Amino acid sequence: MARELLKGNVAIAEAAIRAGLTSYFGYPITPQTELLEYLSARMPEEGRAFVQAESELGAINMVYGAACTGARVMTSSSSPGISLMLEGLSYIAGTEVPMVLVDVMRGGPGLGNIAPAQSDYNQIVHGGGHGDYHVIALAPANVQEAIDMTVLAFDLAEKYRSIAVVLIDGSLGQMMEPAELPPFKPLATQFPEWAVRGAEGGRERRFLSSIYLSPPEEEKANLRMLRRWKDVEANEIRYKEYFMEDAKYVVTGFGSSGRVALSAVRAARAEGIPVGLLRPITVSPFPYKVYEELSKKVDGMLVVEMNTGQMLEDVLKAAQGRTPVEFYGRVGGIVPLPDEILTEIHRLVEEKPAVGGHPRDRWMDRMIKMN
Amino acid sequence: MNTLEQDLEKLVYERPDTLVETTTHYCPGCTHGVAHRLIAEVIEEMGLRDRTIGVASVGCSVFAYNYFDFDFVQAPHGRAPAMATGVKRTLPDRVVLTYQGDGDLASIGMGEIVHAAARGENITVVFLNNANYGMTGGQMAPTTLPGQKTSTSPSGRDVETAGFPIRASEMLSTLDGSSYVVRRSLHDPKSIRLAKKALRTAFEVQIRGLGFSMVELLSICPTNWGMTPVDSLHWLESNMLPYYPVGDYKINPIVAEIKI
Ligand SMILES: Cc1ncc(C[n+]2csc(CCOP(=O)(O)OP(=O)(O)O)c2C)c(N)n1
Ligand code: SF4
Ligand SMILES: [Mg+2]
Repeated sequence: MARELLKGNVAIAEAAIRAGLTSYFGYPITPQTELLEYLSARMPEEGRAFVQAESELGAINMVYGAACTGARVMTSSSSPGISLMLEGLSYIAGTEVPMVLVDVMRGGPGLGNIAPAQSDYNQIVHGGGHGDYHVIALAPANVQEAIDMTVLAFDLAEKYRSIAVVLIDGSLGQMMEPAELPPFKPLATQFPEWAVRGAEGGRERRFLSSIYLSPPEEEKANLRMLRRWKDVEANEIRYKEYFMEDAKYVVTGFGSSGRVALSAVRAARAEGIPVGLLRPITVSPFPYKVYEELSKKVDGMLVVEMNTGQMLEDVLKAAQGRTPVEFYGRVGGIVPLPDEILTEIHRLVEEKPAVGGHPRDRWMDRMIKMN
Repeated sequence: MNTLEQDLEKLVYERPDTLVETTTHYCPGCTHGVAHRLIAEVIEEMGLRDRTIGVASVGCSVFAYNYFDFDFVQAPHGRAPAMATGVKRTLPDRVVLTYQGDGDLASIGMGEIVHAAARGENITVVFLNNANYGMTGGQMAPTTLPGQKTSTSPSGRDVETAGFPIRASEMLSTLDGSSYVVRRSLHDPKSIRLAKKALRTAFEVQIRGLGFSMVELLSICPTNWGMTPVDSLHWLESNMLPYYPVGDYKINPIVAEIKI
């Protein structure tokens, strides 16, 4: 298939259709709306289910119902809408049914704005809904990756009876780039043994629920989910490395932050600075081990995010004070520029920051001076 | 065994196979059990067991899936109509029903039910109105009558501060997507027979793809009302019926032609 110029949101939507999306439910919110709009035309064209729900609460519960049938189902939204979906996400996780969620993040908290941000990292990676559960979260940095990871998200969700999130920011959702769409997958005709589809042929009834009224049963369910999560951690961690072979310093960021940081890393390399980039693809499960190993080798790390340092905490947890970690973030819908990151790389290399103290505090001091 | 004994032992009232043989967790005398039986009988009589999917809600009927011998899912509080939408749109040839209480449907789930009806979602809603939140111990519900005492309206519902009860059937009947919206009661045998007939019609409506159907069933909650089951039935009759008249609130003209 040939490469064509595709907008992030539209590319994800079409990739989902080709991955076998059977039912989609959504609600308008910028910067995600093109997904909903595109699917409102394409799903009926393919004879598949599309409903514009009354709210994100409605949408996620429609997804919940559809997911219980074992079909491939998806919804998409942006930060405030995701907040509203957290109830349903917790239930879906507790019922152990697969689904794909696309979160096209924007500035917050509150209504915030519609500019690109990465402020949902915590709400996606570290839960948000009630109870112990984990979601698989993939963070593409370009349209091609967004397509590939949408397809992967469906496979992983099914394999692990899990929620799989495609986590992007508004800029990637809105950006147009040449990319190649995957071939069409036929819709499933076989469904898992847990799927609730009507007790055809007089088979025994099935039910799906997130209730375990008896505490020992609930404990068992929690442990089952955790074991499955351990499998995800063991098998599905993905990340990309650039210029890392001889790197003494590492810049790291997910999605668009990682992409912008790559330009800065290239510029620094041109100046002869031995710096590399680590871009996590799975922000959940987070590649802790990779960071841990790096922290034993490198002279410093720089975490770049479009928030006030959410992934930073995971990097710090992995680095355990073995190497200096610095932070650079832009928030409120501002995308960091490569030059800004290059300046931070210079500082990391020249100032050799102490291991102690919190990188966020140092960053804040600099930001306050700047503003 | 002589013929007389055989005649005496002739079974005239059986548990429908679609109702699981088990003890329920419902309080003695509670009409949730009656409603369950009616649904089970109708599903059985219509031969729908193999293609029916129930959506249980949050309330005393949260474990409804344990009692029906067909497939079930269980929704978050108030969200059953959305979940049912997801099931039905994915499997349009299945029969999908929700079973919801008044707190579930008319309070926390008001958004979901209104829009399911407005979309003409081809599902059947069984709505148990017992004028309080049974499961959590008898708090005021949107359906609690003016002056009715509950654990959160200890001096009786004061409409000045707590507002007025919601008549869900009347409200939903105003929506064009509603095809069949009726209220029945479970307080005496005649009403129960009429309730069953309404349930039958509601499922016929769904099978014919005529859109949203709902049967509201006035129900008792002896435990939280603090009355015996018999007194509760009388209380329903003299207090709930005047406020919530039984009746047909929306009958799509095509529905009127269905003969059962
Ligand atoms: C989000 C959420 N809020 C509150 C509750 C607690 N809760 C459980 S059942 C219930 C009331 C149910 O009342 P109703 O729908 O009238 O059903 P009934 O028990 O009377 O049949 C409430 C408030 C909950 N489970 N979930
Ligand atoms: S609490 Fe009320 S509604 Fe619930 S089972 Fe008991 S009597 Fe029935
Ligand atoms: Mg109630």
